[in-house]
Amino acid sequence: MNGSVPGGSPGAAGVRRGEALSRYAIDPAAHGREFCLARLADMLRVRRMEERCAQLYGEGKIRGFLHLYIGEEAVAAGVMPNLAPVDNVVATYREHGHALLRGVSMNAIMAEMYGKQEGCSRGRGGSMHLFDRATRFYGGNAIVGGGLPLAVGLALADTMLPRPGAVTVCFFGEGAVAEGAFHESMNLASLWQLPVLFVCENNLYAMGTALSRSEAEIDLTKKLAGYGIDTGHVNGMNVLAVHDAARQALAQVRESRRPFFLELHTYRFRAHSMFDPELYRDKAEVERWKTHGPIHTFTDKLKAAGLMTEADFQRLDAAAMAEVDAAVAFAEAGTWEPATQLGRDVTAP
Amino acid sequence: MPATSYREALRAAHREALQRDARVFVMGEDVGRYGGSYAVTKGLLEEFGEARVRDTPLSELGFVGAGIGAAMGGMRPIVEVMTVNFSLLALDAIVNTAAALRHMSGGQFGVPVVIRMATGAGRQLAAQHSHSLEVWYAHVPGLKVLAPATLADARGMLWPALQDPDPVLIFEHAQLYNLEGDLPDPAPVVDISRAAVRRAGDDVTIVTYGGSLPRALAAAGTLAEQGIAAEVIDLRVLRPLDMATVLASVRKTHRVLVVDEGWRTGSLAGEVMARVAEEAFYDLDAPPARVCSEEVPIPYAKHMEEAALPLPPKIVAAARALRQSA
Repeated sequence: MNGSVPGGSPGAAGVRRGEALSRYAIDPAAHGREFCLARLADMLRVRRMEERCAQLYGEGKIRGFLHLYIGEEAVAAGVMPNLAPVDNVVATYREHGHALLRGVSMNAIMAEMYGKQEGCSRGRGGSMHLFDRATRFYGGNAIVGGGLPLAVGLALADTMLPRPGAVTVCFFGEGAVAEGAFHESMNLASLWQLPVLFVCENNLYAMGTALSRSEAEIDLTKKLAGYGIDTGHVNGMNVLAVHDAARQALAQVRESRRPFFLELHTYRFRAHSMFDPELYRDKAEVERWKTHGPIHTFTDKLKAAGLMTEADFQRLDAAAMAEVDAAVAFAEAGTWEPATQLGRDVTAP
Repeated sequence: MPATSYREALRAAHREALQRDARVFVMGEDVGRYGGSYAVTKGLLEEFGEARVRDTPLSELGFVGAGIGAAMGGMRPIVEVMTVNFSLLALDAIVNTAAALRHMSGGQFGVPVVIRMATGAGRQLAAQHSHSLEVWYAHVPGLKVLAPATLADARGMLWPALQDPDPVLIFEHAQLYNLEGDLPDPAPVVDISRAAVRRAGDDVTIVTYGGSLPRALAAAGTLAEQGIAAEVIDLRVLRPLDMATVLASVRKTHRVLVVDEGWRTGSLAGEVMARVAEEAFYDLDAPPARVCSEEVPIPYAKHMEEAALPLPPKIVAAARALRQSA
């Protein structure tokens, strides 16, 4: 299935920067009201959580690096519903949304951002290192490309143990494609026939370096031909397109026990981190992409299709806000691990 | 006691691990069909099959990282890297991921991987195959670093390393592979937490490890002929250091010489000396001393390579100077 992703509309594949993304609409009615509202709710939960994180950063409650996913929510919201509890998830340092939608509680995520011991990594990881054993969420990896060999190894373990049916989903940005770890991992995954779905979140910028300024070949899927890995690419701003593409790709991975590379074209609306003055891109470009925002375009589409009313939206949004309020309260009420426990968990007790 | 070699002892340890635990597998460059670049894994492919004796491409970052992932996923991988020089291509996976993961995940995920590699000089392999960089790893919290210097340790360290819930690195000095001797059958169980006194003496403590142990023991023999009784301590575990054994000896001999094939600057020798100075300063009759590699990339020409290494004549001279000072 090189080059296209059956299950999406034919037009859903092959989206390129500069093309009008909205023409690759996928019919929401085919997915049903309940499903669509759940995806919208997922995106709203991530969006509202992160908007509050940015505010809390300004207040000094959250420190360190904070990389917001705002604008890219359709990717995690589209992929995650396709996963089973048995599956592994490996993500990057821009992983708040992935953690939340994999099932890590917003309370534990927010407490982690605060550095409280009630956080999902006991306050040892922070924003970039969310981990959760219960949901097989393997981070939270802040070395670009660092999660790729890990994903290969997790899938190798699943193959050898074996854990039949389990797949590993590895999220990474397009910047990781320049790393040696990417190429070594693709080769190993294909050579050893490992069940990994590699999800490339192509937001066009590796921190501040545009893809076209860092890659000799900007059609990333072409690189996979050299590894014999099937690929698909789809509009990452359309949650249903992402969902359908990921569903199809995962079905292939589960069936073939071979890797698949899925590229999702998306865009980061906010700065790379809270320290980024965004000197490398035009405001007009950001504004243009915002018109394709995954939440409002989906909202409009659902309303137009008669699947949702404004009251429905308000209800979902209020629920997301309430969850955020509760998470902040939980984090505020959280406790600081005594510094005397500093040496804990460096090695096993 | 059957005669064996360091290489064969390592191989027997691998065979035992593969037999005892279905989660154990070996992977690395040329561990299978080639039989291992130092022939440690020779014959294991035929015995255990391609899945468990797994040849890898020349992708140190990829396959060491995959070993780390497989360990997190429930396997017990033994990853062989040809030499410590090549392991630098995997430094990211070892230091940024394996060592940090338990702590940065708040204790949720451990990485029970064993990573073995050859280290050290002495075979005229020049500056990209000869260095002793184990101290780089010994610097890092979250790792355990072992240096088997005897047949018993070559045979016995692997199994307990595999039982460790955290990443363990095993450094095998390339000049030890042909070391021959007797090993009891069944092989003795060894611990991987303590240093060992390899030769007793009252006049000076020589602390060393790995490929420098035979050199230190040879030097101790020479010193004995000259009336100086050297106590030789094999660190065995480079992280965490067993300073209790070292300090007990220093409090007896009041003089300490550290022999380390790493370069002097930032060396493990420096760490041992600092700890002795911190914890047993008033027990010392002379300043701590060390013999390390000269600060040059290891050269090819035999006489030049020998000039760079901490060989027995240098150890003897340093011990004599130490004995005569203060």
